[in-house]
Amino acid sequence: MRQQWVGRPLPRFEDEALLRGAGRYLDDLDPAPNACHAAVLRSQLAHARIAKLDPSAALELPGVVGVLTGADVAELSRPFPAGVDCPIPYRAAAVDVARYAGEPLAVVVARDRYVAEDALELVEVDYEPLEPVLDPLTAAATERLLASDRSFRYGDPESALASAHLVVRERFAFPRWSGTPLECYGVVADWDEATGSLTAWANFQGPFTLHSVAAAALGLPGSKLRLITPPDSGGSFGIKSTVYAYVVLMGLASRKLGVPVRWIEDRLEHLAGSSGATARITDVEAGFSADGELLALRYDVVEDVGAYVRAPEPATLYRMHGSLSGAYRVRHVAARNRVVTTNRCPTGLNRGFGGPQLYFALERTMAIAARRLSLDPAELARRNLIRADEQPYRTPSGGLYDSGDYAACLDDALRLARYEERVAERDRARSEGRLVGIGVACIVEPSISNMGYITLARTPEQRAGELPKSGNAEGASVQVSPLGGITVRVATAGQGQGHATVCAQIVADQLGVGPADVEVITEMDTSTSAWTVSSGSYSSRFSGVSAGAVLRAAERVAAKARRIAAHLLECDPDDVELAGGRAVVTGSADGISLRRVAGVAHWNPEALPPGLEPGLQATAFHAAPNLDPPDADDRIASSAAHGFVADVAVVEVERETGRVLVLDYVSVHDAGRLLNPLLAAGQVRGSFAHGAGVALLERTVYDADGNLLTGSFMDYLCLTAPELPPLTTGHRQSPSPFTPLGAKGLGEGTTMSVPAAIGNAVADALGRDDIELPLTAPRVWELLA
Amino acid sequence: MKPAPFRYERPETLEEALGLLAEHGEEAKVLAGGQSLVPLLSMRFARPAVLVDVNRLPGLDGIAAENGHVRAGTLARQSAFGEAPPVLERVPLATEAVPHIGHFATRNRGTVGGSIAHADARAELPLALVALGGSAVLASRRGRREVAADDLFVTHFTSALEPDELLVETLWPAAGPGWGCAFEELALRAGDYALGMTACVLHIEEARIAVARVAVGAVTDRPTVIPEAGELLAGEAVDATLAREAGRAAARAVDPVDSLHASAAYQRHLTGLLVERAVLRAWEAAL
Repeated sequence: MRQQWVGRPLPRFEDEALLRGAGRYLDDLDPAPNACHAAVLRSQLAHARIAKLDPSAALELPGVVGVLTGADVAELSRPFPAGVDCPIPYRAAAVDVARYAGEPLAVVVARDRYVAEDALELVEVDYEPLEPVLDPLTAAATERLLASDRSFRYGDPESALASAHLVVRERFAFPRWSGTPLECYGVVADWDEATGSLTAWANFQGPFTLHSVAAAALGLPGSKLRLITPPDSGGSFGIKSTVYAYVVLMGLASRKLGVPVRWIEDRLEHLAGSSGATARITDVEAGFSADGELLALRYDVVEDVGAYVRAPEPATLYRMHGSLSGAYRVRHVAARNRVVTTNRCPTGLNRGFGGPQLYFALERTMAIAARRLSLDPAELARRNLIRADEQPYRTPSGGLYDSGDYAACLDDALRLARYEERVAERDRARSEGRLVGIGVACIVEPSISNMGYITLARTPEQRAGELPKSGNAEGASVQVSPLGGITVRVATAGQGQGHATVCAQIVADQLGVGPADVEVITEMDTSTSAWTVSSGSYSSRFSGVSAGAVLRAAERVAAKARRIAAHLLECDPDDVELAGGRAVVTGSADGISLRRVAGVAHWNPEALPPGLEPGLQATAFHAAPNLDPPDADDRIASSAAHGFVADVAVVEVERETGRVLVLDYVSVHDAGRLLNPLLAAGQVRGSFAHGAGVALLERTVYDADGNLLTGSFMDYLCLTAPELPPLTTGHRQSPSPFTPLGAKGLGEGTTMSVPAAIGNAVADALGRDDIELPLTAPRVWELLA
Repeated sequence: MKPAPFRYERPETLEEALGLLAEHGEEAKVLAGGQSLVPLLSMRFARPAVLVDVNRLPGLDGIAAENGHVRAGTLARQSAFGEAPPVLERVPLATEAVPHIGHFATRNRGTVGGSIAHADARAELPLALVALGGSAVLASRRGRREVAADDLFVTHFTSALEPDELLVETLWPAAGPGWGCAFEELALRAGDYALGMTACVLHIEEARIAVARVAVGAVTDRPTVIPEAGELLAGEAVDATLAREAGRAAARAVDPVDSLHASAAYQRHLTGLLVERAVLRAWEAAL
C-alpha cells in the first residue's frame, strides 16, 4: 500500500541532533587547519574622514599575524555592485571615509581572538568628524544621498481621488528593526595563492546572486570563489544574506596575510555592523466611496537603506511592488519611491522584507477609513477583498495572485476570535473606562520572488539595454546508491526551517519508501551542489520552488527505476508502482526491491533496457511560471505565489502604565497545500513572534550623532517567551496552480500582518491615529498623558 | 567580546582570599556568580589586573535564621536564597524580589553577596536590603565590620567596601506578626532592568502604622529610602487615598533622567504608581 507522506505533520528529523548539541554550525567546523583569528576594527563615529590609521603598534604585539586596512581593501578589491548606480560606492571596509558607527576600518589577524582584540586597541585611528545625516527626509532632499527616485502610476488615481467621498491622508513611520538570529555571522576564508582562488565557509543564507556580487568585488570569476555553507545555521530570517560582505573582507585578509582566517562575529558586532530592515516613511492618500469602496491609493515612500545601497537593496522597496494594492480590488494606484542613504548600518533582508512596512501603512489606512466612514473594519475589508471567483487575479501594478478565498479566511478569523462578542465586550469595557481595542489586518503574503523586481529601481529606458532578469529557479539532486540508499542534495542553505524533513517526505512519496530512508544533505557547496542565482531560502521559496526541484528530480529517478523494473519484470513501465521499498506490478504480487533495481543500474548496466544510461541519479531545476521581467509600463508579477492572512488582535492598554496586553490574537492563513502542518505551525508561530517584536518592543535606535543606542541585547529588546502573546491559528488550503505541490510560502505572513493588526488594535483602544511602533509601555503612556 | 588579559586566582580559604585582596587592592576584582562581572569583562568595561574567584571558599553559602535575622552567606545563590525555608518564613520581601532578578539561569549562578557588593542602583536585592534595614558583614585582614545597608550603598556601582574587603554575609531582618511588605517593579521584558521599582515594609500596631519604610531603586543613584512617604504613613491606617499620597510623595522625591526606553516623566510617574501599589499590598499583608 502506497503511503502519502507529504501533508503529514511529521516531526523534524533535524531536532534530535540539534537538541543534543550535535548540530554542525560554522564554529563547530575546523575546515582550514591553523586558521588565524580575526577581529574587526570598527568606526566609532557615524561619519568621519579617517585621517590616519596606523597599525604599527598592533603589529608589534606578540601573536599578531597582520592587519588588513581600508587601503588594502581599496587596492585588492572593487566596490560591490548594486541594483542602482549609487554615488557612494560600497566596499568591504571603509576607504578614507567611514559612514556609519560600526563600519569596518581594518581587520586584525592573530593567533587567537583574545590577542586580536588586544591588538585592536593598539591600532591608532585619527578621525576627522564629518556632519552625519540621520533624518531620511533630509537625505531625500540631498542629491548625493538620494540613490533612486521613481514614480509609478497605474490606472487613473488622480481622477479616482478627486471623485472620492473620503480621502484619508496620513503619514506612517515604520521603525528599523532586525532578525537577531541566535547564531551570529561566521566566516572561515582560505585564499589559495597557487590558483588565485578563494574558498570560504560561511553561514551565509542564499540567494546565491550574492555569490556573484562577492565574486565581482573580489575580481574573480565565479568558479574561483568556492562558497560552502555548513549543514546547520542558527537562524537567519534574511539577515545572514549579508555575510557575503564579510566573506570578501576575510577573503582579502587571507589573501594579504597568506593564512586561513577565521572570524566569528559577536553580538555587539552583529547589532552594530551586520544588517537590519529598512526604516520607512510612507505618506498615504487613499480615496473611498461613501459605502467604503477603496477607489485609489497613492504612496509617497522614503526608504532609508543606511550608509550604502548594499545588494540586494533597494529590493526591500520593490519586493512588494506587485502587491501595492494589498488584498483589495482597487484599480487605481500610484507610488513615488525614494531610496535614501543615511549614516546608519546598511540594511538588507529581514523576514517580511518590505511587507511589514507596506501593510502597516495600508492596513492602518483601512482602519482609519473604517472609523471615519463609521463602518466596522472587518466589514470594510470584506467589501474590498478580491473575490475567490476573480482568481487568478492581476493587480494594477502587475502582480498575479494565484488562488484563495480571502473573505472566507476573514470569516474564519472572525469566528475564531468570537469577533462580535469581542466587540460587545470592548464596548462594555469602554463604558467602564477601560482601554480595550480590536484590530484587523488582511494581507497578501507573496512568496517566490521574481528577481526582476529589483530592476524597477531603474527606468524602462535604462532597463532596455540590459539582460532581462527574473531568476527564480532552484536545483536539486536525488540519487540512489548501489545498495539502495537514497540521498537528496539541495542548495537551499536552510537555517533551521526543517528542509531536510520535507525533502525526505517528498522523495519518499515518489520512490515509495519511508522518509527515514532518505538522507538529505543540506550542506551547500558552490563547486559541487546544483545551484543557480536564486538558490537559497529567501522569499519563502522552499515549499514552492525548492520542493518543486526536489519533486522533479525524484520523479525522474522514479521514472527510471520503473523503466528498469519493468524491463526486469517484463511489463510496461506504466504498470510499475513504487511502494514499500519495492517496484511492483500494479494489481499483482510480482515485484523486486528498489535496492535490486538500483543494484542493476550500478552493478549490471548490461541488464538495463537498451539505450538507458547506467546509474540512478537525477538533477533537476525548477522555476516558477509567470515571472516575466518588468514591462515597459513598470508592471511586474513580483512573486509567483500569494498566500493570504487574516488577523484579529484584541488588546487592552493599562491606563496607569501604558502597557499593551494582547488578550487574544487570531491568525488564519491560506498558504495553499501544507507540505507538513507541524512545520507550518512553527513557521507561523515564529513569524508571529518576529512581528509582535516590532509591534511591541523592538527597534534599532541611533541618536542624532549616529551613535547606536541599541548596541547590546540589554537595549535592543527582542521579544522573549514571557512576552509572547497568546496565538490561535487556522488554515485553509487553496492549492496554488503555479507550484508543483500546490504549496505557497508561509514563513513571513504574520510578520507582515502583526504590526498592522496590533497597531490597529492599540489605535482603537486609545481612540487616536498617531500611534508609532514599537508600542512600549512608556511610549503608549506618553500618548495618554 | 573577549576580556583584556588578567591574572586569575582561586583561593581555597578565606584567609588566602583576604590576603590576595590586601595584596592587590584596587587592581583586584572579586568573581562570585559572574552574572554582572563576566559581561563587563567581556565588553572590556571592567579591566581588573587580578580576578579573585571566591567560589571555592568553604562555608560561605549558608542561609540560617538567627537572633531576629536571616544570615545569608555571600556565596548563597539567588535562586536558593529566595526559596530557602528561613527566607520563605521570615523574609517574604526577599522571596518576592528574587524572581525579578534576571532569569532562571542567571539566578542559579548569581550570588546574594555579589549582587549586594556590585551595588547596582537598578538591582533588586540591594533595594530589599535597604527597605528592611538590613546590613552586610565585610571582612579583611584588618578585621570584620558590620555596615548598615543605608550606609553600604554610596552611588551607582559604588559601595562602602574598601578594596581589601570581601563581603562575607548579609543580614536580613526577620518579619514577625504585624509586619507586612511588598515589592513592585515594572520592566519592559521579564528579567530586564526595571524602569521603576519599590520595596515597602510596614509594621502595624493597633491597626495603625508604627513603622513605614518605603524605598525605591532604578530611578535613583542607589537604593533610597523615601522618608517623606514614611512620614505620611506613620500613625495612619492605609486607604486608597493615603496610598496614592504616599506614591505622589515618592514621585516628588525622585529626580530621574530620560533614558532610551522611558522619559523622566514616565519614570517619575511609574515610581509613584508602584509605591502606591506596594503600600496597599504591604498594608493588606500586615493586617
